[in-house]
Amino acid sequence: MSTAHDHDHAHGPSKTGILRWITTTNHKDIGTMYLIFSFVMFFIGGSLAMVIRAELFQPGMQIVPAEAFNMLTTMHGFIMIFGFIMPVFVGLANWMIPLMIGAPDMALPRVNNWSFWLLPVAGVILISTMFMQGGGPNFGWTFYAPLSTTYGPPSTDYFIFAIHIMGISSIMGSINVIVTIFNMRAPNMRLIDMPIFVWTWLITAFLIIAVMPVLAGTVTMMLTDRNFGTSFFNAAGGGDPVLFQHLFWFFGHPEVYIVILPAFGIISEVIPTFARKKLFGRTSMIYALASIAFLSFIVWAHHMFMTGLPLAASLFFMYATMLIAVPTGVKIFNWVATIFKGSMTFETPMLFSLAFVILFTIGGFTGLMLALIPSDVQYHDSYFVVGHFHYVLVPGSLFAVFAGIYYWLPKWTGYMYNETLAKFHFWISAISVNLTFFPMHFLGLAGMPRRIPDYALQFTDFNQIVSVGAFVFGAAQLIFVYIVIQTMRGKGVQATQEVWEGSHGLEWTVPSPAPYHTFTEPPTQIERH
Amino acid sequence: MNATKRKSHTRLVAILLAATFGMLLFAFAMVPLYDAFCEMTGINNKGGRVRLEAPTEIDTSRVVKIKFITHVQGDTPWEFYTKENSIEVHPGEVNKVLFYTENHTDQDKVGQFVATISPGQSDRYVKKAECFSFNKQYVDAKQTKEMSVIFFIDKDIPKDTEELILFYTLFDQTGDAK
Amino acid sequence: MLGLKNLRFLLSTWLVLFSSASFAQEWGVNMPVGVTPLSASIHSLHMAMFWVCVGIGVVVFGVMTYAIIKHRKSKGHQASNFHENTHVEIIWTVIPFIILIVMAIPATKTLIEMDNTEAADVTIKVTGYRWYWHYDYLDEELDFFSHPTTTQEEIRNLVAKNEHYNLAVDQHLVLPINKKIRFAFTSNDVIHSWWVHELGVKKDTVPGFITESWAIITEPGIYRGQCAELCGAGHAFMPIVVEAKTQEDYDAWLSEMKAPKNPS
Repeated sequence: MSTAHDHDHAHGPSKTGILRWITTTNHKDIGTMYLIFSFVMFFIGGSLAMVIRAELFQPGMQIVPAEAFNMLTTMHGFIMIFGFIMPVFVGLANWMIPLMIGAPDMALPRVNNWSFWLLPVAGVILISTMFMQGGGPNFGWTFYAPLSTTYGPPSTDYFIFAIHIMGISSIMGSINVIVTIFNMRAPNMRLIDMPIFVWTWLITAFLIIAVMPVLAGTVTMMLTDRNFGTSFFNAAGGGDPVLFQHLFWFFGHPEVYIVILPAFGIISEVIPTFARKKLFGRTSMIYALASIAFLSFIVWAHHMFMTGLPLAASLFFMYATMLIAVPTGVKIFNWVATIFKGSMTFETPMLFSLAFVILFTIGGFTGLMLALIPSDVQYHDSYFVVGHFHYVLVPGSLFAVFAGIYYWLPKWTGYMYNETLAKFHFWISAISVNLTFFPMHFLGLAGMPRRIPDYALQFTDFNQIVSVGAFVFGAAQLIFVYIVIQTMRGKGVQATQEVWEGSHGLEWTVPSPAPYHTFTEPPTQIERH
Repeated sequence: MNATKRKSHTRLVAILLAATFGMLLFAFAMVPLYDAFCEMTGINNKGGRVRLEAPTEIDTSRVVKIKFITHVQGDTPWEFYTKENSIEVHPGEVNKVLFYTENHTDQDKVGQFVATISPGQSDRYVKKAECFSFNKQYVDAKQTKEMSVIFFIDKDIPKDTEELILFYTLFDQTGDAK
Repeated sequence: MLGLKNLRFLLSTWLVLFSSASFAQEWGVNMPVGVTPLSASIHSLHMAMFWVCVGIGVVVFGVMTYAIIKHRKSKGHQASNFHENTHVEIIWTVIPFIILIVMAIPATKTLIEMDNTEAADVTIKVTGYRWYWHYDYLDEELDFFSHPTTTQEEIRNLVAKNEHYNLAVDQHLVLPINKKIRFAFTSNDVIHSWWVHELGVKKDTVPGFITESWAIITEPGIYRGQCAELCGAGHAFMPIVVEAKTQEDYDAWLSEMKAPKNPS
């Protein structure tokens, strides 16, 4: 396509209208599609959460029957994890990795297009299960056997199919990321010189390649147990339901690091810019990422502490899980050391990043508490766990996503977003997120189990606070959509090339908005580390 | 993109695809690996199916108490029980325990018994020469079938293990093409 | 102006954290100490780890707050240049590691105690069903089902809810105090989980397999629990009620249950 005399601003997209988006192999276009798709899924998953919280506003069954409620919680989890948080980070990867390493595009542009378009297909199949005979999946996003194998509704087989498709999309995307990072960096950029966001995606991509196939194998075993008479997870035929959990969590635990590592990367980009100070301890930050990724493979059974594991296994998994606190702590301390004695300003990306550091740490504390098996006897499968993982996912991953989007939106669109409205979005989100998820810890400690549509009377007050917080939080996200759309439409101050005082990195050396093709010639000035 | 870059993409892509398939195979390999690992470390609950020779010596200095617990899965009207709730055995001593299945229906039925041992790590010390869980059991209509398990406790069982539970679940496999 | 807002946000987060802990105890929404030695050990471990986390939080968030107030461009603070210090990094790697080892010791001790189900006085086989429980007193030739008694009318908000809404059953699991109770769990269908908060007992019940737990209940009373593993539509509606009685009362109850006029 590109001629020998390309300039950065020479060509736009070759097709127009809908055909442009279907056939594009441009990383910016594909990044945009991932971002839009993921936020559509975010609002679908979020709407399910609103219904859940409406039902849980009071004891008694008011809105949905119990079977449907189980479907709502299952689909909420599934859509948020596979439909929102994973694709949104892929969208950010697509937009930013080539820009950050001085590459003209991803290594495998057509594979990139297919990776994206598989997702709406999978999304339609997944959501359509909710309208099938017998309802959609209602066995929790963790779909334990034999509830999912023997007792799952007929739509379960389509659910499995959707998982396969999403898995293929993720794996292809990850192969693309790894090949791009290894083969297409600007000539003088060694691995050590790469921005931290790129490092986090390199590691995340390896995690995905390692564990998504295990999920694929697991759901295939589920499929054959359901339809072809195998007994992988059925004791009657010599199988073991707990084997399912080992297989699932071998995928499941690295999965949660897959959705937090890129968040760590974004925070490591944003904080140094707004503190006007280099990231503290860059090398240890990278080692910490690698340690966390390694450790994530050997802790899976901490999700299974109540299944009757032998003592030796329990002790091993307890110790290994506690150990993850060490490299994670290093990262938190390094971010704090970065802002310490910096010269901070508090634009919205910085607000979300600072809130991340504080609130993710709280999620980390409850994670450490959960690691202790005797305590876990009282926490496991209670609202304490729900509070924990929502803290690391919502004011954790999601806030990092917001930080990243506000940070890079001017580069993508050429316009500054409305800072006043954005701060409004931040404050309402930050306050309501705590209102929503903090009381869940108390509910768990008081004995409320998870995945229940109805509860004993003493849990009412805190459930009401949680529900109100959730409604406010959900509504606040509409502000975000409005801000982004207005910015995309050009309703704002024009952005400079540098955008933020104190920004570093190759993405800020191209114009705002970034031209359709960038770095058709590799850059020559690379910051060395 | 020039030709050398394209060539190096191919190699890396091939390696990564191989890794992907490797992990897929790993998932399936986990099934026998899980069983093998459990048998090796003795931490499975399934009860060893190994054929073995009779033990030579009996350790009379200690006893191990074995409790028998049964469960009938599902709602088929049949009963499954043993007349002895528990026995005390010397490690090395061969024992035979009788279990009974009563079929209260008008149908001939097929059952599969699954045995597990608790605590799981004691599994490797329970050596069964014969057990009704090894094969499917056919119980005719209105019949009471007597079944036996012949076993001994390996004398290497740790001194601090004084009690075991031998747990059997009866699964109705009538009409299943298994 | 923004500085004050940041400060208030951070302060309010701490206040929620701190004050919640104390009013949580009063409102009965902290973990109970419970009525068994294990539940008490668990509670101590929980509180110890909680205070460790609070301590670390105070330090980390304190430093952050200080920096956010003082080290800002609007106050004219100039950014320093430092971006590494191996010395400091080693310290804040080693100290958390030591804290973890200190926490692991009581956790290990309690876990080993929890694991030892031998030498029990009473053994109960607990079976999970969709959606109720079955209890079998293995040494007593007594067994019965325990069904939830909360009515559909209560659930559908047609009548007022009973005080023990969703926590009441027809037959309690009656147990003697001060005796070691060993629980052997299994399931008739899917994985359930037997959780009684004040006993400090939770264990998954796996179909075809057996899992174990134990407790020594030190005080007579009624203790309510719930199923803690998603098992289908009735998951929220299969409570557990344990009634602990003195040895005399327990023996009396047993005789009454086993007497011929009382078919289980």
